[in-house]
Amino acid sequence: MISQDTICALSTPSGSGAIGIVRVSGPDAISIVNTIFSKDLTKVESHKATYGIIKKKEEDLDEVVVIAYKEGKSYTGEDLVEINCHGSSFVINELLMLLIREGCRSAEPGEFTQRAFLNGKLDLSQAEAVGDLIASKSAKAHDVAMKQMRGGVSNEIADLREKLLNFASLMELELDFGEEDVEFADRTQFKSLLAEIQLKVQSLIQSFAYGNAVKNGVPVAIVGSPNVGKSTLLNRLLNEEKAIVSNIAGTTRDAIEDEMVIKGITFRFIDTAGLRETEDQIESIGIERSYKKANEAKIILFLIDERDVELNITDIIDNFKEKILGKDIQVVTVLNKSDTLTKKQAILLNEYPNILRISAKENQNIEQIKDKLLQLVESLKLDDNATVISNIRHYESLSKAQEALNRIEEGFEVNLSSDLIAMDIRQASHYLGEITGKISTDDILGNIFANFCIGK
Amino acid sequence: MNDKYDIIVVGAGHAGCEAASSAGKMGMNVLLVTMNMNTIAQMSCNPATGGVAKGQIVREIDALGGLSGIVSDRSSIQFRMLNRSKGPAMWSPRAQNDRFLFSKYWREELEANPNVHFWQDSVTGLLIDGDSVIGVSTKLGASIYGKKVVITAGTFMNGLIHVGLNNFEGGRVGDEASLGLSDSLTDFGFEMGRMKTGTPPRVDGRSLDYSKMEEQPGDEAPSKFSFDSKIKPVSNQRSCWITYTNLETHSILEEGFDESPMFTGRIKSLGPRYCPSIEDKINRFKERDRHQIFVEPEGWDTCEIYVNGFSTSLPMDTQFKAIKTIPGFENVKFFRPGYAIEYDFFNPQGLDHTLCSKNLRNLYLAGQVNGTTGYEEAAAQGLVAGINASLSVKEKEPFILRRDESYIGVLIDDLVLKGTDEPYRMFTSRAEFRILLRQDNADARLSQYGFELGLLSKRRYEDFTIKYDKISQATDDIKSLSADPKILNTYLKDKNSSELKQKMKYDKVISRPNVHIQEMALEDDKLNSTIIGLTSEELESLEILIKYEGYIKREKEVAEKMLRLESVKIPASLEFEKLSSLSSEAVEKLNNIKPQTIGEASRISGVSPADVSVLLVACGR
Repeated sequence: MISQDTICALSTPSGSGAIGIVRVSGPDAISIVNTIFSKDLTKVESHKATYGIIKKKEEDLDEVVVIAYKEGKSYTGEDLVEINCHGSSFVINELLMLLIREGCRSAEPGEFTQRAFLNGKLDLSQAEAVGDLIASKSAKAHDVAMKQMRGGVSNEIADLREKLLNFASLMELELDFGEEDVEFADRTQFKSLLAEIQLKVQSLIQSFAYGNAVKNGVPVAIVGSPNVGKSTLLNRLLNEEKAIVSNIAGTTRDAIEDEMVIKGITFRFIDTAGLRETEDQIESIGIERSYKKANEAKIILFLIDERDVELNITDIIDNFKEKILGKDIQVVTVLNKSDTLTKKQAILLNEYPNILRISAKENQNIEQIKDKLLQLVESLKLDDNATVISNIRHYESLSKAQEALNRIEEGFEVNLSSDLIAMDIRQASHYLGEITGKISTDDILGNIFANFCIGK
Repeated sequence: MNDKYDIIVVGAGHAGCEAASSAGKMGMNVLLVTMNMNTIAQMSCNPATGGVAKGQIVREIDALGGLSGIVSDRSSIQFRMLNRSKGPAMWSPRAQNDRFLFSKYWREELEANPNVHFWQDSVTGLLIDGDSVIGVSTKLGASIYGKKVVITAGTFMNGLIHVGLNNFEGGRVGDEASLGLSDSLTDFGFEMGRMKTGTPPRVDGRSLDYSKMEEQPGDEAPSKFSFDSKIKPVSNQRSCWITYTNLETHSILEEGFDESPMFTGRIKSLGPRYCPSIEDKINRFKERDRHQIFVEPEGWDTCEIYVNGFSTSLPMDTQFKAIKTIPGFENVKFFRPGYAIEYDFFNPQGLDHTLCSKNLRNLYLAGQVNGTTGYEEAAAQGLVAGINASLSVKEKEPFILRRDESYIGVLIDDLVLKGTDEPYRMFTSRAEFRILLRQDNADARLSQYGFELGLLSKRRYEDFTIKYDKISQATDDIKSLSADPKILNTYLKDKNSSELKQKMKYDKVISRPNVHIQEMALEDDKLNSTIIGLTSEELESLEILIKYEGYIKREKEVAEKMLRLESVKIPASLEFEKLSSLSSEAVEKLNNIKPQTIGEASRISGVSPADVSVLLVACGR
């Protein structure tokens, strides 16, 4: 066995389907899945389907069927786990990120097949074919990935590389040439350069949310009390565009997902059960589900009507927002039935200019909602020319680089010696290498000799 | 001289001496051929050993049982541990040496080795049988046979010395060049290139005014290179002095630019970017109004001074005029001018990791002939070549150091896999695992090998095992015992370290910044009892191991990941051109270099990660 990494990837085509299969292969496959699965896979028979729940911290992420292939009796010849989850892109992405957090690495193109071959599961005559596959895929992977980034190999990436190279060079200068008569960067200089690099990396990481949204559709939940007009609004939004891409039964029985494209951006609308205080057990389960769905969305349309206006609107909105756990979820409050407002209600509302006023029934101001949605998606991306990443492997590299950059920052805080900080600089540039192009020792030394008068 | 030896070493510089000495110690019948018996182990350039990364190499040579460290310690006139203010991976020993004693002690060491024989002559060709070297032929007309030949000819092969527009053949000022041998190697398919290096003027110390310079003394408590307890640090020390060039110096030097062999294009070969001539510095960094000059004595009993920082190949009169403008040099008298030298080197990609040629069996190359610079780099290669030539005679497994266990491993791996365009010098940044390759633990990394090879004496090996037994016992104690706030809080407060609220394990306290075991032990009898009997060097190692445990562990994990690829052998029968999914560049490079493992292949420039995947598949692992 060459590789001791455990890898994971979606093995079914990406995009929404009824189910998706995520494969995990490698020495820690079973122990990693165990950390997020409600049942103990070590006690489950090999090759047998087991029903259970995938947990994200305390939350249930999805109900799944898991098959563990033990003792190398699998496609790859390693311990392998197949997780059959619901086919929502959200669930699949969350699941992959959970696995990565627990110690998996996302698989390289063709890596499952490569492992199958290396472990003698494929016959030798197939070696060349596999080799071609890997060569074509990984040689192009960078290229393709670069193209996947909106903006391509932008100045931003080149700029990031240069900053990183400068940072590493200044650090190595201090280390290898500490005896030279040159001016060394002080910690303030390092800190500001580091802050710039961190900001760049952070903005690329954030752009993943946008990139992902562009690729998989932006989930929008429509939430509100019963009979506030959620379904009517949904129908208006969809009928108006007449651009229904698909009509998929959602992963939760009582929510419906519909997709539509507004000016090139795909939105996935999720209709939910009405929210209200209730004693009814079955209804409260439905309401719990609605909140869960709302938490999976990127944008929530929180629908209220004229009845709510009479109450304290601020409290209603705050109460609702308290139940929304995701920090980056945008909540848009929408007042339906605004054509039937009394004078008093209209005056009360003047204090809330951010509330969109529509009438779903009369088809009034629906355009405003669409504009708002587009505006929110655009705000995810930092500016028009910003580079956007949409590839989960890039996201992973960036996250690892970010960890290393944070460690560098901590190192500066406690005045750690430069040789130890340099360890994390290497880590950071190693992880960013896939995105910025590799930075080698020769690059760093070349940069030092070009910019500083070295040598006795 | 007989006409048959196990090993013939050609050249008695730093590489040749280590090669001959190690082979002799390993029981080989060795002949050391030198053009001049009186210039064995000359310090052709500056009279100093070590420095950043280079000092670590000397410690490694010593841990393996080589002699450079011991010879340097015995001939030191000053010792400094550079980079003390930085982390332990950067601490770098450096010594100024008495150039004459250095050479003398090397010769004594070699003469004390009954297996080493000498012959003064110039090797002009190789004796060949089929694809094997079987000996050498010389200028005096001798044919000498050897099972292995190690070439360590330094800058001597077709050496051409430049001073201004004058140039003449020579291996070093005052010594003849070695002619013929290089052509012979080229005939046998070695890829020859030219390199350039330079050296500053030597001047008369009696003519300098030191009151105009800053003094640079040695360390107050000097250390040493060798781990041998019998070798003592230098007791009296001589200082070096620092002064600076100025704008007047620069403008005088500029006047000589039209007679510079470099700027007029007479010298075409590449010199090291990190060791530029003074004219290069002025030309490239015009904004700088001064450059540092180190005034270094060449020994105890000589007034000869090495003007470090003033390497030049400008015409002699320009050198004289310019140097007089430097504070303290107003009345300087020259011993000899600076000069540049061009010489032949051979692409080290033609060698395997034992430094044995891939074309010609039984031929080893080490030192500057492989495109490196520096005594330390040369000595390390000489040692590795000597060891491997001996092992090969004995038909034993080769000795190859890994990148994660020594700078020597990094050096040789870089040379044979990547080759070099400019004279290769070691930097700590070339090592992936700097935190592991420290000067303090060179013995822990390498003494076992040195002993098994027969280079390190039983006495030294026993000292080494006792040392680390003591350190590991102390580490265990320190990790299991707890510090008492009442005893240590005054000390911690003094050190600006937060006071302990309750008992805390000693190792946790020691890992804080600014806190030192030795100081703590003065306050704390319990702690003191754990370190009784440890020398200051052992205490230093102990403290590093405790303070940096987390970092060392992390670095080891990364190293282990790299090693996995290292363990996948590429079968010699694998025909790269038949793997159509390899890029054509990769096929060419792989065929040239013939890496032994996937790890090696992955470090060759032009071999992409995709190519590595293909190789992995093809190796069927």
